Amino acid sequence: MTRATDRKPGFLRRFDPAVLTAFGCIILLLVLGSFYSRAFLSPDYLLQQLKVASFLGVIATGMMLVILLGQIDLSVPWTVATGAMMACAAAAYGPVGVALAIPFGILCGVAIGLVNGIGVAYLRIPSMIVTLATNAVAQGVMVVYTGGFSPQDSATAAMRYLAAGALIPGIPNVVFIWAIIGAAMVFVLGRTGFGRAVYGIGNRERAAYLSGINTRRIVMIAFAVSGGLSAFGGALLAGYASKAAQSMGDAYLLPAIAAVVLGGTSILGGRGSYLGTVAGVILITLLQSILSVMQMPEAGRQIIYGLVIVLMLLLYGRAPASR
Amino acid sequence: MKDWQYRLAEHRGTLTALFIFVVMFVIYTANHPAGFTANVVQTAANKGVLLAFVAMAQTLVVITAGIDLSIGMIFLLTNCLASWLVVGTPLETAFGVVVVLAVGALCGAINGAIVIYGRLQPIVATIATGAVYFGIALLLRPFPGGSVNENLADALTGRMFGSVPASLVALAAVVLLVWVPFSRSVYGRAAYAAGSSETAAYMSGMPIRRGKFLAYTLAGFVAAIGGLFLTFFTYTGDAAYASGNAYTLFSIAAVVLGGVSLFGGKGSAIGAVFGALAFRTIGDLLFVFDLDPLWQPLFQGLILLVAVSLGAFALFRVRNRLEWFL
Repeated sequence: MTRATDRKPGFLRRFDPAVLTAFGCIILLLVLGSFYSRAFLSPDYLLQQLKVASFLGVIATGMMLVILLGQIDLSVPWTVATGAMMACAAAAYGPVGVALAIPFGILCGVAIGLVNGIGVAYLRIPSMIVTLATNAVAQGVMVVYTGGFSPQDSATAAMRYLAAGALIPGIPNVVFIWAIIGAAMVFVLGRTGFGRAVYGIGNRERAAYLSGINTRRIVMIAFAVSGGLSAFGGALLAGYASKAAQSMGDAYLLPAIAAVVLGGTSILGGRGSYLGTVAGVILITLLQSILSVMQMPEAGRQIIYGLVIVLMLLLYGRAPASR
Repeated sequence: MKDWQYRLAEHRGTLTALFIFVVMFVIYTANHPAGFTANVVQTAANKGVLLAFVAMAQTLVVITAGIDLSIGMIFLLTNCLASWLVVGTPLETAFGVVVVLAVGALCGAINGAIVIYGRLQPIVATIATGAVYFGIALLLRPFPGGSVNENLADALTGRMFGSVPASLVALAAVVLLVWVPFSRSVYGRAAYAAGSSETAAYMSGMPIRRGKFLAYTLAGFVAAIGGLFLTFFTYTGDAAYASGNAYTLFSIAAVVLGGVSLFGGKGSAIGAVFGALAFRTIGDLLFVFDLDPLWQPLFQGLILLVAVSLGAFALFRVRNRLEWFL
């Protein structure tokens, strides 16, 4: 596939037009917002947005890994909820439980991701289907566990500190967490064999297999990582709200996919940069924030979301024409 | 292969679904306190047809190797719209029904246009349009409410000739008037061919774009029929996000149980209808065995997971490992 940037000179060539578009949209949103209210450009507001974006950022990181493979993870809603509920549940089992709360939540997410990965990689079930199914199973397990109500266990102090505290005054911890996870992702994607294999599989799994990559294992690991990150995002969200809730993950599936795709990662896999995902996450968060500041009702927000995603995809997410 | 063997192989998925449904339904009625009575059948039919309509709609898209994750939201949107429009005098009611069906078809056509002419991936495109449709449904009905022409509703959810559930008759009519003509038309064949191998179909000069577009549009239309029936059953419109998602999910389960290949090009809406009825019956089995209803979501999820995993048996037939990677 030829890049549209091939003939552009200098610094522009290094950047994906999609990433530039996404950053352009962020600036546009901020400028439009500042017409509405001066507060949109204040550091307090921007830091607050960065904090809110971090939760989505952690979840979108896992989603990006899976989308780079040319797959999709629709089990995010209940993986997030499972991570949150299990982390809170572990906290009820004494000091050991409190210490292991976050790892246990992540472990549950990894388990869901492993089921996804085995289904996709070894059983060759389309990822969309198997992740929908595991989402339903995770929901079923959580409904049985909680009895259909929001669980009473509350988040541990560590979860609250990570999600809502600030090690350096003014900069929330969760922003650092996103930065660390993001940096790790950039390193893994760009500098390790695993990352190269992910891009290879996304481009053509058959070719990757023939070049000696254990494609099935890579796919399985990627889904497990995605599940783990979703669950970690859930545990952080539980820390932020100090408890888990039934449908807390529902609001993260569409934004996570949208953030990754708006950041220029090809939904067909094999192409995309983490910088784009960062831009996508911030873009989506700002859009949400501005819509809620303008007191747009939920209905309007859903409509605008859907329209923005379709329009942005039509701009640069189209598949080649059949010839 | 003899002629009848070939025909049997062609309809194996549909027949398997029919078999599963019959077995499940026999177990269900045998353990039901009231037994096999017209009332039990009517209740089961009324629950089953909603999913059957949505599953039929999903099949239309799945045979083109696509998927419609907005189908549950079209179902909700038409339900909310019907709770405004399908009221009043017979003429007003008829007008309302026509508008509701047209809106459903329009939603499907928008999906089709974005996927086919916009060349976007069906998964992401329909998740996004699903959000839009849900938003519109929420605008129409921020709170559950509304009403419906009760004469029409009672006629279509009651019994005909004393014993046959009217909803089943309506389902059969839709199969005969929408699915059968479509699947036998040139466009229906093009939709199948596009699902089987888009490149080959394109090279053979089949009208794949129009075939796929028609399939998406009819999917919206059939989902709207489902939405109408939901209104007839509940007398209200309700934009419940979880319910829309559940119908999307269950429609995929029903399609898989009905022997329709998710890779496209294989299967029939009739199989999906039996798949839907079987799926509903399996869900209801929990009640006749007096299990806690809390277990129902888990049970349904597990059925779905097992059903989709069954497709993996095809791997044993793969001779060349490269065929793993489609």
